[in-house]
Amino acid sequence: MRTLTRLASLVLSAGLSLSAAQAATPTTFTLENGMEVVVLEDHRAPVVVNMVWYKVGAADEPWGKSGIAHFLEHLMFKGTDDLAAGELSATVTQNGGSDNAFTSWDYTAYFQRVAADRLPIMIEMEADRMRDLQMSQEDVATEREVVLEERNQRTDSDPGALFSEQRSAAQYLNHPYGIPIIGWRHEVEALSRDDAFDFYAKYYAPNNAILIVAGDVRPEDVKALAEEHFGPLAPTEGLAERVRPSEPPQLSERRLEFSDPRVSQPYLIRTYLAPERNPGAQETPAALALLASLLGGEGATSVLGSKLQFRDRVAIYASAFYDDVALDPSTFGLVMMPTPGTSQAEAEAALDAAIAEFLAEGINDEDFARLKMQMRAARIYEEDDIQSVARRYGAELTSGLTLADVAAWPDILDATTADQVMEAARLIFDERKAVNGWLLPDPETGAARGPITLPSEVTGEAMQ
Amino acid sequence: MIRVLMLVVASALSCVAFAPTARAAVDIQTLKTPGGINVWLVEEHSIPFTALEIRFKGGAVLDRPGKRGEVNLMMALIEEGAGDMDAQGFAKAREALAASYKFDAYDDGVAISAKFLTENRTQAVDLLRTALMETRFDEDAVERVKGQVQSIIASEATDPGDIAIQTFDRLAFAGHPYATSLDGTPVSVEGLTRDDMFTTRDRILTRDRLYVSAVGDISAAEVSALVDRLFAGLPEVGAPLPDHATYQLAGGTTIVPFDTPQSIAVFGHEGIRRNDPDYVVAYIVNEIFGGGREARLMSEVREKRGLTYGIGTYLLPSDYSELILGQFASANDKMGEALAVVRQEWAEMAQTGITQEELDAAKTYLTGAYALRFDGNAPIAKIMVGMQMIGLGPEYVQDRNAMVEAVTLEQANAMAKRLYDPEALHVVVVGDPLGVEGEEVTATPDPAPGLQPLDQNDLTNPPTQTLPESATE
Repeated sequence: MRTLTRLASLVLSAGLSLSAAQAATPTTFTLENGMEVVVLEDHRAPVVVNMVWYKVGAADEPWGKSGIAHFLEHLMFKGTDDLAAGELSATVTQNGGSDNAFTSWDYTAYFQRVAADRLPIMIEMEADRMRDLQMSQEDVATEREVVLEERNQRTDSDPGALFSEQRSAAQYLNHPYGIPIIGWRHEVEALSRDDAFDFYAKYYAPNNAILIVAGDVRPEDVKALAEEHFGPLAPTEGLAERVRPSEPPQLSERRLEFSDPRVSQPYLIRTYLAPERNPGAQETPAALALLASLLGGEGATSVLGSKLQFRDRVAIYASAFYDDVALDPSTFGLVMMPTPGTSQAEAEAALDAAIAEFLAEGINDEDFARLKMQMRAARIYEEDDIQSVARRYGAELTSGLTLADVAAWPDILDATTADQVMEAARLIFDERKAVNGWLLPDPETGAARGPITLPSEVTGEAMQ
Repeated sequence: MIRVLMLVVASALSCVAFAPTARAAVDIQTLKTPGGINVWLVEEHSIPFTALEIRFKGGAVLDRPGKRGEVNLMMALIEEGAGDMDAQGFAKAREALAASYKFDAYDDGVAISAKFLTENRTQAVDLLRTALMETRFDEDAVERVKGQVQSIIASEATDPGDIAIQTFDRLAFAGHPYATSLDGTPVSVEGLTRDDMFTTRDRILTRDRLYVSAVGDISAAEVSALVDRLFAGLPEVGAPLPDHATYQLAGGTTIVPFDTPQSIAVFGHEGIRRNDPDYVVAYIVNEIFGGGREARLMSEVREKRGLTYGIGTYLLPSDYSELILGQFASANDKMGEALAVVRQEWAEMAQTGITQEELDAAKTYLTGAYALRFDGNAPIAKIMVGMQMIGLGPEYVQDRNAMVEAVTLEQANAMAKRLYDPEALHVVVVGDPLGVEGEEVTATPDPAPGLQPLDQNDLTNPPTQTLPESATE
């Protein structure tokens, strides 16, 4: 339903991650220098997506250098010993393709989408910029202005995005997930060419990268190309395991209100610290993913939608979300946009009551069966979009999961019982680990003056 | 099977690059069902589902006077209860089939996008038929969805991007539905009734406005039977379509003061109709100027000067107007400089046009990229329904790259002179820009009742939704 979808887009970016496709069975191998390669075949159209994923993101930045992972992502389009600044994208364009890159807390990825026979040059250029990046001081200075404009556009112009930054900072007492991907403005302003190069030299190496090629390709051809171009690159020696500062016990709920004159529609987002998928340990995350779908899902059938939108009529929109793919603990969240005339206190009470009711009532068998049917279908539908399958693999593999974990996930979801979902629900709603945040209009002006779209989950995504 | 033939021609443009000339050759079947409905089909049996795209020409432009927002609200309510099912019952039935139906309204038409599995195709189509033919428009559903629409209207009224585009439309198309947002106003939406919804549905969802395409695990005979069953009993004739809109905006600058750190600018003037014989020339010229990642504006405003994160221009040929329009955001203290660059580049296009190198590069990109669009059932279905709506034949898919290749520098520069008019360029800036002179206006979210509206150029909802990209060029 369009209107609900648009409302959801005001608050959340993506849907739920239940689409665990087995679309293409991947072929995988590892180069001698440690670079992993994944090939996903889809021969319906002569198109290929070439992606290089680095196992480094904003949560791996040195303290005080927030935004450097994303800034470097921009600078990766400048030049190398063999390519002039901007030549890489120009070459992609010349070959009728498109390219882009994105940065998250746990990964940074670069991709091109081109005709299948253009793959060799894409691989050649990605290999070139993995180790041989060059950039002038002038390029760095100009690109820093671009990044600041990006922050202006995505964050500072958007109270929902500012609110999101504040909530994350409150959620994580010690872990760098509390720092925005794009960086705090005052730190981005001070990022230098040396900062970028230090980060680059350490983390951009074949033993810290995954090549994912999806589309109309044969694995043996990808292997030959990867060996030719990435094979000769030197790994970074002594690259330590990715261990970030971890969370201490969270003992006290954090409650915050963020008011901005540009807000017209108040809403509540409450997040709980949640376990993420880990190698060999995906059962609880599977239960949480199903829980998010049951509670959130579509308003007309979900637990929160049925109770808060349809029965109590206190919400315009109510949903739940959970991020199962992350290197370190993520969050499980509840969203509620109250109807006009419903106070903050009433909205919270209604939300609490809905959750309490759900915990007491348990899961309706018919609802659970419908959810499983949709999951199964989602796998079929996902096969139609090989690029999204490739992107899912990249996120999973750079977030600590193995190919075996990725392969096992759909079956684990399938095998999860209603009892396991209820058990996960009883675990997750621990208010000591919660951030209860309200985005509100300015109490002075009252009326709304601004947009409330939240940025996409991967806030550091950049147009080259 | 999605068959796209690639003819690759080596080029001397670069030591590392080749210039591919891709020829997309999707195997399109054009059918007329026994019931007389035209359907375009591509069979693709490797994944057990079908993507079905349905359009009805004549969208929110057909809102009746004083009832702005009725088409949008009607489309939002189609699956909020049908037959013996209320909204929740319908959603459960759909989810049990794992079918997906999306209903959307835009200025020039309404869209239904459906996906369903082969295993329960009949039930999925029957359920969709129930939604279209036995819509309930229950009072409680009408009120609930009105509340959602009101929330969206309130948000857009305070979003600088929405304010910018709505201000441009208001100034450009006064008196035409295109002048206002298809969501309606708080007042007009509040006044909409259940009866309005039935009336609107029967004015909009009619046989004479219908376009259909399908891609997936389905045969010609199967899709014919399915389409006839789905639409049997649909009203024959839709409401009369509106007149062409008169563009009323002269060159200049309009400022909407808004307290935000970064200003948003929307700029443009009249463009070119989709059925103009030189449309493809204009498309290429715009690609060079502001359409692509490598375009002049991106280079001048972002890459060289760091004044923005992104800037682009678009040809917007709608059914009742045609625009060339661009948009970008800059910090308030940079907006003046950025706009000066835009105006300079606009004038440069009119005066000196483009170079042979730029034309060659654009052709290489456009011809190479075309085939990449045909890479899934759902994307192909959308492209095909869009082609039908703008009157292109299936052969366009084969001919299109040759049309691009045939454009000469002389044609391109004649078009640049015709398309870009620095005197007519109008800029709407929302924010607190420094160094920008212009007439100040306020955003007026609530136009006089009775004025009938239509926001057509929402860049966040670009016409690529209305007409798939492939179709608009």
